[in-house]
Amino acid sequence: MTPTAPWTITSVREALQAKKISARELTADFYARIDGRNLELNAFLTLCPERAYAQADRVDAGIAHGAALPPLAGVPVAVKDVLSTRGVRTTCGSRILENYIPAYDATAIERLEAAGAAILGKTNCDEFAMGSSNENSAYGPVRNPVATDRVPGGSSGGSAAAVAAGLALVALGTDTGGSIRQPGAYCGIPATMPTYGRVSRYGLIAFASSLDRIGPFTTNIADAAAVMAVLAGHDPNDSTAAAVPVPDYASEIERPVQGLRIGVPEDYFGEGIDPEVKGKVEAGIALLERLGCRRVSLKMPHTSYAIATYYIVATAEASSNLARYDGVRYGLRVPGATLMEMYRKTRERGFGPEVKRRIMLGTYALSSGYYDAYYLRAQKVRALIARDFAEAFDKADAIITPTSPTPAFKLGEKTADPLAMYLADIYTVTGSLAGVPGISVPCGKTKAGLPIGLQIFGPHFGEARMLQLARAFEKAGGFTI
Amino acid sequence: MKISREDVLRVAELAHLDLSPEEVELYGSQLDEILSYIGKLQELDVTNIEPMTQSLPREFAPERRGGSAHAGSPSGVAAEGESNLREDVVEPCTIGGEVLAYAPDAAKPFFRVPKVIER
Repeated sequence: MTPTAPWTITSVREALQAKKISARELTADFYARIDGRNLELNAFLTLCPERAYAQADRVDAGIAHGAALPPLAGVPVAVKDVLSTRGVRTTCGSRILENYIPAYDATAIERLEAAGAAILGKTNCDEFAMGSSNENSAYGPVRNPVATDRVPGGSSGGSAAAVAAGLALVALGTDTGGSIRQPGAYCGIPATMPTYGRVSRYGLIAFASSLDRIGPFTTNIADAAAVMAVLAGHDPNDSTAAAVPVPDYASEIERPVQGLRIGVPEDYFGEGIDPEVKGKVEAGIALLERLGCRRVSLKMPHTSYAIATYYIVATAEASSNLARYDGVRYGLRVPGATLMEMYRKTRERGFGPEVKRRIMLGTYALSSGYYDAYYLRAQKVRALIARDFAEAFDKADAIITPTSPTPAFKLGEKTADPLAMYLADIYTVTGSLAGVPGISVPCGKTKAGLPIGLQIFGPHFGEARMLQLARAFEKAGGFTI
Repeated sequence: MKISREDVLRVAELAHLDLSPEEVELYGSQLDEILSYIGKLQELDVTNIEPMTQSLPREFAPERRGGSAHAGSPSGVAAEGESNLREDVVEPCTIGGEVLAYAPDAAKPFFRVPKVIER
């Protein structure tokens, strides 16, 4: 096997079974790739080779004994540094957790390892997952492997870059307002956000608890289905992890898409969209129509209120969730003469500018005298946005939109203007607020060679339908349209 | 929308952030711009709209009353009156030592902090 072998979860499995490669060799191959490119990309913050090789050796021992291979046996995985890994530093891209070592594993991590995956390390991200470009990391930005003068998107920029550059076969990201789908679009790979509650959030360090989701970056749709099969399901440690049965994604995604109704909301193709993005997404929709899907025009009238709603709901929850960083129990502590002085100095030094900005905004929106005007109103508009989706899914089996209005922008281009940065999430936050699943799939490139993403939303717990369309799109050549 | 310097200082106080004078200035103007944008939410008539307090529709979000697990439900979804919540049974915590070992300043079995009680 050459280091450039285009691995998939299936080809890894076959190669291991045929003894063409050992899990240890495969792990070493991926660490060699990381050695070759991480200095340039800054995708990984922490590597955990002892843990990865120990897992690879368990897989190899199983093969030697003729045991049945677990579903992700030997698959090299990268994990966004907001997911707790026992004994492995977990920073959230923040100075305040620079030396934080969790005492337990997130459920998603436990499930991946129980399925045989080898965790290579922890990936860079915007601080506490707050950002759309990965430039808010305390450990420096990640570079887009497709065009290294550009951002990889955010907040899961390190995970997206790692998979796009071939430094991991699969990576976990988290998505609160677009943080899986938008970097997937910018780096040109499939990026899956499951339904709220489909995957346990236990051990995910919280940003906005009513919005946070965990999902995979992969190089193809069958791999996304395979990883979702491992991650999905109820967890006694997360009461919001829904007890809804998990379908057999691997077989569901191969079903024909003929006759499916694809809804196209006019509201997503208006002002602010890059003409090349619009052109490719339209071509992608036309391809799905040629596959027998029926195009349905939709109106989702509250779309233009989604960013405003999101930045109240998410920051309000963040201001509450981030109150726990006070220097007492974990992470950074800056000494102070009094307890209050210690809290304030620790938080002032430990948090970066975007996190402070969002804590301020969220605290303001929840503060006495402003709660009704901001937070309560935003929760009501959130209900209207969810209603837009419910009505759309009466008319359509899935909704197709662009993932982001533009391709990846240049490093530094939007850092001085927080509001302009927020607007990069305009097509993704809607589904986040509604709780529905969404996937970004590659949909060709601009003339300059920058990847474009097409987004597919499914109804609640409709991951199978969403992945089925993504798979048909992939098979028909949509990724390189 | 105009956010005053006093507003910024009041919010920073609530959020336990010790902002520098430059930060007070910067966040004041940025919050002003962001809140002006968010002001567009006032355009909508939300009378009689219930605020969305659960991220999933009711059919997927079972009532949070007590009761047994959902295993008996044919759909696998907890039926009304059942709960996603575990039985309220004490389980041992085995990671206390590790948690304290990684803490900034621990004196087993406590976290040590500056004195908070005056004699």
